[in-house]
Amino acid sequence: MTPALLQLRKLDRTIVPVLVLAGWEIFSRSGTLPAALLPAPSTVVWAWADWLVGTDGNTQTYSGHWFADMLASLSRVAAGFAIATVLGVALGVAIGWSRKTEIVIEPTLQMLRPIPPVSWIPLAIIWFGIANKPAIFLVFLGAFFPILLNTIHGVKTCDRNLIRAGAMVGGSERKLLRYIVLPAAMPSIFAGLRIGIGSAWMLTVTAEMVAVKSGLGYVLWDSYYFLRYDLVLAAMASIGLLGFCSDLVIRTVMARVLHWQRNTTLRGGE
Amino acid sequence: MAAIDISGVSKIFTDRKRNADVTALSEINLSIARNEFVCLLGPSGCGKSTLLNMIAGFEQPSAGSITVDGRPVTAPGADRGVVFQHANLMPWLPVWENVAFHLLLGGGQKAERRARAQVYIDMVGLTGFENHYPSELSGGMNQRVGIARALLMNPQVILMDEPFGALDEQTRMDMQTELVRIWQQHQGTIVFVTHGIDEALTLGTHVAVMSARPGRIVEIIPIDLARPRDITSPQFNALKRHILALLRGEKAEQERASA
Repeated sequence: MTPALLQLRKLDRTIVPVLVLAGWEIFSRSGTLPAALLPAPSTVVWAWADWLVGTDGNTQTYSGHWFADMLASLSRVAAGFAIATVLGVALGVAIGWSRKTEIVIEPTLQMLRPIPPVSWIPLAIIWFGIANKPAIFLVFLGAFFPILLNTIHGVKTCDRNLIRAGAMVGGSERKLLRYIVLPAAMPSIFAGLRIGIGSAWMLTVTAEMVAVKSGLGYVLWDSYYFLRYDLVLAAMASIGLLGFCSDLVIRTVMARVLHWQRNTTLRGGE
Repeated sequence: MAAIDISGVSKIFTDRKRNADVTALSEINLSIARNEFVCLLGPSGCGKSTLLNMIAGFEQPSAGSITVDGRPVTAPGADRGVVFQHANLMPWLPVWENVAFHLLLGGGQKAERRARAQVYIDMVGLTGFENHYPSELSGGMNQRVGIARALLMNPQVILMDEPFGALDEQTRMDMQTELVRIWQQHQGTIVFVTHGIDEALTLGTHVAVMSARPGRIVEIIPIDLARPRDITSPQFNALKRHILALLRGEKAEQERASA
């Protein structure tokens, strides 16, 4: 490929965002809507900059607090997601591997699963109060089920012949789980983790709007009360950015763990 | 003492959906001595794979008993190495880890596993491919990895279930030559399931000819041809004609019975 064409390829990725932002900027400045209702991107960036490093204090109490707000949300996501991963994978392997465990546990879980995690908010607040705990609880609920279901699927679809091969070389049941079933289920588990991290961010923000007094979701909701839509948009963008970054982390880990899958795509190794 | 002793073994599968019993094997008696290379030859559906799976311990006989080195078979174990029809390698492990899988489960040190694997990788002619993944290798090479994996356990008995069935003719002949070389070098008892008459006659010290529905052993033929075997020699053809007659006669008898 010629260098010029490569340059064009790079532009491919940026052309749509640039057009959207430019159109939005023009629309906001045109005065079709009152400027406060849909702040222009430049206004949002201005508010974001102050929130981030405290430029001119336009975001008042939030000025320079972005990092602390971000950390508050991130730690909730990390805690809830970690618990969901450990429990989801452990229970998923148990249910997928043992018919008995499946019969005992699965019906209960399937009853709980359709209940939207947000509907647990009242109970979460009376059980855990207004702090980190209800948010972590909701994050856990949101991430747990996708991780669990994908793990069960991964374990159940493990090739029986591989397990036979493992039994042939003299593996105990525990060894077979550790060295065959778990690695074979990894692609499914990672699919579950990626869905789970999305729910995790959704629920942190929801919890912070209702049950917690800090974090990106709290800033978002508080700014709405004070009619600071530029800050609302900055908070939305922050959440999007963090969600993207946490997915990127999972994808990077996945690429390392599942490196053996490199050549199994239709087009071969890329 | 026989390495493998099969006496009065029957296998009946219960078809729950149709509420009918299917007799896959009936009254099998077979005694295999140490260092013999026995080919189980028969048409598909004659239960030869079922018999192999029972020696491996994956399935249990409905009647009769199977002993390996005097011990009754109750479960799969590392004293019996199995080479499967499809190599059944762990796709997430490189070649050497697959070969040393037995040691991985046993908790061996990495350096030791690597060194032991190398011996068998060299033996099956895969030197240089130690760090490749199964998806990067051809079917024949994967099958070699499967053979190396079984050999590494240094088993009394190696059980092979149509291991070359999915390979092309050329590769199959190469693998047969290779297998005979390994067997001569390694020493051990091999039970080899196949539906190819040429393959059975090329490999075995004995060929056990089986018939279908219910699966029985029709005749056990000792093969005294010199190695490497010439598949165009008159003796080879005489044996082939004899086996064909056995298999055809079986078929004619079946047709008479059903008519």
